[in-house]
Amino acid sequence: MLLANIFSNYVLSTSIWIPILTGVILLLVGGDNKAYLTRWLALASGLLSFFATIPLYTKYDFSKGAFQFQEAAQWIPSFNINYHLGVDGISAPLIMLTSFTTVIVIIAAWEVITKNIAQYMAAFLIMSGLMIGVFSALDGILYYVFWEAMLIPMFLVIGIWGGANRVYATIKFFLYTLLGSLLMLVAFIYLYHQTGSFEVTDYYQLPLTMKEQVLIFMAFFMAFAVKIPMWPVHTWLPDAHVEAPTGGSVVLAAIMLKLGGYSFLRFAMPIAPDGAHYLSGFMVTLSLIAIVYIALVALVQKDMKKLIAYSSISHMGFVTLGFFMFSQLGLEGAIVQMISHGFISAAMFLCVGVLYDRMHSRQIADYGGVVNTMPMFAAFAVLFAMANSGLPGTSGFVGEFMVILAAVKYNFWVAFLAATTLIFGAAYTLWMVKRVFYGDIANAHVAELKDINRREFLILVVLAAMVIGFGVYPKLITDFTHVSVAQWLNHMAISKLPVVGSGL
Amino acid sequence: MDSIQTDILTALPELTVLTMAMVVLLTGLSAKNNFILYALAQFTLFIAAYITLSTHSSGVGYAFSSMFVDDTLADVLKLMILTGSAIMFVYTRQYMQLRNIYCGEYYALVLFAVLGMMIMVSGQSMLSIYMGLELLSLCLYTLVALDRDNPKSSEAAMKYFVLGALASGMLLYGMSMIYGMTGSINISEITSALQDTNPKNPVLILGLVFIVAGLAFKFGAVPFQMWVPDVYQGSPTSITMLIGSVPKLAAYAIAIRLLAQGLQPLTEDWQDMLLIMAVLSIAIGNVTAIAQSNLKRMFAYSTISHVGFLMFGLMSGTLNGFASSMFYISAYVLMTLAGFGMILLLSRKGFEAENLKDLKGLSQRSPWAALLMLITMFSMAGVPPTIGFYAKFTVLQSALQAGNIWAVVFAVLMAVVGAFYYLRIVKIMYFDEPEDFATISAPMDMKIILSINAFALLALGLMPQSLLNVCGNAIARSLQ
Repeated sequence: MLLANIFSNYVLSTSIWIPILTGVILLLVGGDNKAYLTRWLALASGLLSFFATIPLYTKYDFSKGAFQFQEAAQWIPSFNINYHLGVDGISAPLIMLTSFTTVIVIIAAWEVITKNIAQYMAAFLIMSGLMIGVFSALDGILYYVFWEAMLIPMFLVIGIWGGANRVYATIKFFLYTLLGSLLMLVAFIYLYHQTGSFEVTDYYQLPLTMKEQVLIFMAFFMAFAVKIPMWPVHTWLPDAHVEAPTGGSVVLAAIMLKLGGYSFLRFAMPIAPDGAHYLSGFMVTLSLIAIVYIALVALVQKDMKKLIAYSSISHMGFVTLGFFMFSQLGLEGAIVQMISHGFISAAMFLCVGVLYDRMHSRQIADYGGVVNTMPMFAAFAVLFAMANSGLPGTSGFVGEFMVILAAVKYNFWVAFLAATTLIFGAAYTLWMVKRVFYGDIANAHVAELKDINRREFLILVVLAAMVIGFGVYPKLITDFTHVSVAQWLNHMAISKLPVVGSGL
Repeated sequence: MDSIQTDILTALPELTVLTMAMVVLLTGLSAKNNFILYALAQFTLFIAAYITLSTHSSGVGYAFSSMFVDDTLADVLKLMILTGSAIMFVYTRQYMQLRNIYCGEYYALVLFAVLGMMIMVSGQSMLSIYMGLELLSLCLYTLVALDRDNPKSSEAAMKYFVLGALASGMLLYGMSMIYGMTGSINISEITSALQDTNPKNPVLILGLVFIVAGLAFKFGAVPFQMWVPDVYQGSPTSITMLIGSVPKLAAYAIAIRLLAQGLQPLTEDWQDMLLIMAVLSIAIGNVTAIAQSNLKRMFAYSTISHVGFLMFGLMSGTLNGFASSMFYISAYVLMTLAGFGMILLLSRKGFEAENLKDLKGLSQRSPWAALLMLITMFSMAGVPPTIGFYAKFTVLQSALQAGNIWAVVFAVLMAVVGAFYYLRIVKIMYFDEPEDFATISAPMDMKIILSINAFALLALGLMPQSLLNVCGNAIARSLQ
């Protein structure tokens, strides 16, 4: 009874702390000599964490744009730092995506990870809790603590279970992210001295001059652009993705990249709306470069994971493009794109993982004719590839289409450039599919491949259901976002410049 | 109450340490079993801490014709010094035993050094501050040379002594100029005398420069940092741990007594000096640390950068800033104890685990030790949720409040550089294969205290309010 009360009254706290606590317990009781127990315990923790987030859908009031499920308690009164949580229509679906992905990652690691199982599973559970914390924190420092703490497990995951060049990749990942976030910390402290609190909602009301807004926006931009990642600070991502274990790539692509996108909507833009408008041309340009140039880079990749990593950057370009056109359609499209990319990129990386577990190679050239030996797997892979290139009927189409529609209203040439992704995206994805799956059987290794087992089938079929489900019925997401986005746009339309003495 | 009685009661913790230090020295002459010295020393620290705690009041008490002050700041710092020294004794016992430098002098000298620090912390006149400082320094010079057959130790002691004596001379010279200008050596009289003096008087400024230089030397701030790496590397690790940890609390105390209290009217003048030293220390400390392969030397440069951050707090010249630096220095002492504790844990007879490569694959040799070191390293790098983050956070916010936004941006950029070499240690422990397979043997008490020490970094990081309160109260009650 008490437990049920806790679960229903503190939805966000339970969503954050259940995975973290169960992760710590797993570290204490699990071990490689008790692999069976460790795995089932991890799965139970993951499922429990997922169920803890379900009230976010069932109890969410879709007619309200304000923060819901709020919890507030004093944390560090000396600096007026509070443990303040809350979600709106933008963060709620992302939280559910996070807990869902964690379950998938745990299942995907089932037989694949044989070294330090407990630590691996615990790292993902803890990371999941921390990421949910990022999505739900409404206090600047609380948010920052979650944001940074998340780096530690990811650093270890890539460094311990990653590929050959893992150390370089993981240190690059850590330092890039740290650089951005420390500048964000300076911005938070500056805002604290202006308002006397770290409450995000207080920052929304704070009038700031154009110079302040531009500087604050740039400080946040450094943190979030690295995370998304936007061109030209994207270079850590292909390295980290390629060297990370499958689970690491999935979490990176499906959720960590979304943290950057989400944070633009929660912090950078509403705190400095005039700065955001002022710099929107710059941001749109960067987004277009990501969409077009990175797509071309993806085209020439020889490594499957690298190709998907570049494709992620290109797709995230759509997200930032959607943000900075300041229209309802573009924003909702961007959010749908974030969720959809969460599923599709996770599925793509898992597909590469399936192949890598069997062949220990990610090179496209090592494959060919996989469809002959793994027909069922090939069917899934082709479906996800189609979704990645934006086939109507899959979730990949919805977000891109909405953003392109919004772009047409914004500026024809922006829309034109953005739409090229439908061609380039199809080109690099389908060309990879052709080389890997079709044609004659390339070599003896491919000839010996065994089709996916029940566990892999389960993961892929769930993801396929999601991709098609959201493709056919995206209203599930837009129900969440509609009111919140409208309210967000209203806020963005009001200038925060002081009446006198504004200007750069 | 009789005046002599008040004097004795006010300085009771110091007098206890003094008496016991002599007892330890005498016992050391005849004791067959050195464990009794260890027990006596620990007992001394405990009793002194108990007295400090039980005689604590929120008011301010003076003794010895106002040469000695007992306020909240002094009490808090004394408790930290005593606790830190007790932890150090636990960590170093086995190490000293295995190197045959486990002798009576060690305990007596450390107790005298502790006494020196306590006097510095309570110094209310330039004379008592200087006396405390010299007592501390002379003990430290000797301790560095304790392993007398080791040429490196002797070299380090010599360097430390020559440069340290020079710095003491500078400090004393500066004090004499201030005395010449104000006609007093008492801190509060100096403050009131300065109210009527032209603050641009060249003698005054010169005196201030000498005092700041002397302080900077004791802290190890750039450009007076030359001794730090050599002394850290050359001393026996147990002594490095001592030099690197608690004396910084005492140095902080005299910086507060001299600059924030005595020379408070000259705030604008010393602020600029501290800002330059802070920025340089952070830059040079962090950048040079990258090139080190010796763990102790790396910690030395890391100390220099930490001192830079500490000065950021002092430099703001506000109560908020002083409290922030106090928080920083307390966090720093905890981290340093844990970091050196780990080197001591991994050392064994005839082997010093002082090179980076000695940590290789630690997570496979001892996952627990690696986890403790991991927490310590992330804390030093200032990554939440460890106390190191709040330490950086508090000083940066006070510096930002003082309007030094670009210095703050520079400091955070340098913090990223710093993160690299801490991360490298994590990398070495977790991602590399072990080369050394010796089992790690350490007394149970050391293991337990080290674990508590490292987890305190995490626990205080999750709940920093209590320590923030302690520092905030100490500064607020003592400086108003």
